[in-house]
Amino acid sequence: MMHAVPIPPFERFYEEHRSDVMQLLRRRLGRERADDAFQETFLRALQAYRRLEHGEHLRAWALTIAQHVAIDALRRSRVHAESADPGAEDGRAAYLELAPLTDGLPPKERAAVVLRYGYDLSYEQIAAALGSSAEAARQATSTGVRKLRKRRIVQ
Amino acid sequence: MTISPQVDRRFRDAALSLGLVDVGFDVIDSPIGPLLVAVSTEGLAAISYSVRAEAELERIAGIAGPCVLRSPRSVDEVRRELDEYFAGRRRVFDLTLDLRGMASFTFTVLQELARVPYGETTTYGALASRVGHPRAARAVGTVMNKNRIPIVLPCHRVVGANGNLVGYAGGLERKTALLELEGARIGPTRLFE
Repeated sequence: MMHAVPIPPFERFYEEHRSDVMQLLRRRLGRERADDAFQETFLRALQAYRRLEHGEHLRAWALTIAQHVAIDALRRSRVHAESADPGAEDGRAAYLELAPLTDGLPPKERAAVVLRYGYDLSYEQIAAALGSSAEAARQATSTGVRKLRKRRIVQ
Repeated sequence: MTISPQVDRRFRDAALSLGLVDVGFDVIDSPIGPLLVAVSTEGLAAISYSVRAEAELERIAGIAGPCVLRSPRSVDEVRRELDEYFAGRRRVFDLTLDLRGMASFTFTVLQELARVPYGETTTYGALASRVGHPRAARAVGTVMNKNRIPIVLPCHRVVGANGNLVGYAGGLERKTALLELEGARIGPTRLFE
């Protein structure tokens, strides 16, 4: 029987991924705004941490939360997320690895699909990344998948 | 990429203020070396002499929850009482302890241990008798060895039947230092005194 990867104490998760998270946020938001987004990212992660079922894909999870915090910040400042989207430049960002497939979906649905099918995360984990409920995450995922299917049929 | 200490500190403080932390910990200085102190939502959960305590933190997380975060503020009260103790100004600790996850024998022994007064010593055998298992001196020794809240739960006050210090998870030097600090009599008792 396979054993799930245990969830490390949060301190270790934080120490391992904070540097990558900050790098992503600075690239997307600039140095100044990255500091606030950094705090927001790890508070969201901490809030969801108790509900994690296993310790796999934690880097992808952290970066996806960061990506979403950045999108929220950009939206708030009325800058179009698209204009700051580094696209292929940021090849290391987990969220963008499946970008070509999910391109064109709204950000929330896109993230939900990538996390569900690219990283095999639970809806609870996705919910934490998106700052929504598990049910909303499930809906975003299925709506996203439906749109992709439709598009394929159309194309 | 380095995170500035201000940003790091701000996150840790916010996490604590928002009540998102199961266990806050920090490493504090003491005359017997640095101590890793962990405080859960229930109380003081651990004091460890080993400050690179990856295993210790995992153990605490298993008991109190995975949201374990280094946070100087969360151990303020413990730091203050320990400082007073080491300065000779405190004989009794006034701290709530988190004793979750302990076997009942361990729990009973530690409760009895907590009654051993400042500056006095008792023996493994005497402690075993007091919990109703006079032959369990060795088992009591094991409980002392695994005591996760040393100093506050004073396993340093437990010595061998002949007065020898016997052992201490933090090393005999520390046991001696703590007993000397408390002004306890140390050393083998002579049979015919």
